[in-house]
Amino acid sequence: MTRPAWLLEGRGLSKRYGSVHALSDVSVAVGGGQVTCVLGDNGAGKSTFIKVLSGVHPQDEGELLVDGRPVRFGSPGDARAHGIATAFQNLATMPLMSIWRNFFLGAEPTRRFGPLRLLDAATCRRVCRTELAKIGLAVRDPDQTVGTLSGGERQAVAISRALYFGARVLILDEPTSALGVKQTAAVLRFIAAARDRGAGVVFVTHNPQHAYPIGDRFVVLNRGRLMGSWSREQISREELTSAMAGGVEFEELTRPLRSPPPVG
Amino acid sequence: MNGNVALRPKPAAPPGPAEQRPHRPGPMIRLMRHPELGALAAVIVIGAFFSVSTVRFASPGGVANWTDVASTIGIVSVAVALLMIAGEFDLSAGVMVGSAGLLVGILSTRLGVNLWVAVAAALGFAAAIGWLNGFVVVRTGLPSFIVTLATFFTLQGVNLGVTKLITDNVRVDGLRTVAGYEQVHAVFGGTFSTWDFRVSVLWWIVITVVAALLLKRTRAGNWIFAVGGDPAAARMMAVPVNRVKIGLFMATSMTAALVGIMVAARLGSVTATQGVGNEFMYIVCAVVGGTLLSGGYGSPVGASLGAVIVGMAFIGIQFSGWNTDWRFLFLGVILLLAVLVNNLVRRAVR
Repeated sequence: MTRPAWLLEGRGLSKRYGSVHALSDVSVAVGGGQVTCVLGDNGAGKSTFIKVLSGVHPQDEGELLVDGRPVRFGSPGDARAHGIATAFQNLATMPLMSIWRNFFLGAEPTRRFGPLRLLDAATCRRVCRTELAKIGLAVRDPDQTVGTLSGGERQAVAISRALYFGARVLILDEPTSALGVKQTAAVLRFIAAARDRGAGVVFVTHNPQHAYPIGDRFVVLNRGRLMGSWSREQISREELTSAMAGGVEFEELTRPLRSPPPVG
Repeated sequence: MNGNVALRPKPAAPPGPAEQRPHRPGPMIRLMRHPELGALAAVIVIGAFFSVSTVRFASPGGVANWTDVASTIGIVSVAVALLMIAGEFDLSAGVMVGSAGLLVGILSTRLGVNLWVAVAAALGFAAAIGWLNGFVVVRTGLPSFIVTLATFFTLQGVNLGVTKLITDNVRVDGLRTVAGYEQVHAVFGGTFSTWDFRVSVLWWIVITVVAALLLKRTRAGNWIFAVGGDPAAARMMAVPVNRVKIGLFMATSMTAALVGIMVAARLGSVTATQGVGNEFMYIVCAVVGGTLLSGGYGSPVGASLGAVIVGMAFIGIQFSGWNTDWRFLFLGVILLLAVLVNNLVRRAVR
């Protein structure tokens, strides 16, 4: 170990669903102020991996450590209590509710008015606006509904909400999967902003093009097993892509698509 | 993302060129965000129409007439709107009006129970039925439409069966001779001012204000929106989804019981079919007031405005000397128009 303790560490994590080994002996370490990319093709075990880290499904074998201390998550609430927040693909946002109502859902600040405890809407609006600005999303009107935001902007709401409520590790489930180029770039900026605030970001994706520009460490899964784990200096974009395809060059996989070379 | 390393090194990622929203929405858009806007427009148009076409409609006595109708519908509609925003229906709310009234009548006139105790018992009974509705819905995951339809038929059967068994009739009367009737009548069924406004109007206004405050200005209100918007996501954000739903089923049943008590206190008698058919009236008021059938969006103030429309229509048609059967045609048209207008407005706001 090169540092006192990782924010979040998984050692030899395994998870079975019936007789299916969804995850076998996978280890990972997430440091603060770093982006750890978890890559893998469909069915590689990324979802299972997220579910174990976020407390949705506890692992069958192996151990989880937070700040070097072993923990066991029985629920997503347990994980959150340890500062580990997960933004699943649906982001847990309500399209018909305003940005600030979404931002504070489940943890709304209140103020006393005589016998009543009322929502402190002014604080909600102000905090929501400044917190979103911190990660690079300028919202003039926190009363607009989340349904009016783009997919990338919704990621920003989920990320800044998690950070504001004390998340130190941020697990993002395919945050760029359904987005265009510009929005993907915007989401990568949000991730960079979260990293610069000291959060350990776990960026789960199947796209090495999205992971490479921002990742500090790359963990590649294949059929539930760890294919390899590299720091940024140890691997090139091409090698990462190749590792994801299970050692086969992407070139080889796509060769049959090309027309045969002219003869002689 | 063409292989550049613009995101590195770390200082090179300022929270900078942010996604600017095009502009702050104008006052028109901000006004149109209120779900109750369409209902308010309809109230103004319908009110103006009957004020011009009949003499009595806009007089204080006339207003007392239609606010009376609006209040007994509106008290329940407000709770139904909250329940619908949380994504559920209650088809047993109409028949609960009769059940509560009958319970007050039978307990006080036949079993000699103190009238105030009978009133409390009716509210307690409604709370229990509401809890049961909610419990079955959250436990089984069945649509509340079906669960509360079952409650509806069950209560309707009990209302008729028990009433006939006890009175050999389909009504319970004699409440006026029970000790304490004067007080109960004053609180739940009386009138005030020289134009005889019903006291139920005051109840209605208070309940509307409380519901609006609850929805917009409390944590529970935020949870109601979220529960109707996406229950699974709400759970993930630590919202007590089941408690919110069960609480709203109880509130709906209890407002229906309150109206049942009001009817009993006003007339001194209750018929076994009292309230049946009103369940859809409450839903109509909520929907006319901008509440979405699919949940997650709506307004208790809108539901009250919907009730105002119903009250105005019923009394306006009566004052106009038309056959009162036409009022349902009127309601149908208003419902369709309101839903169309609300739909258009919501799209424009987006």
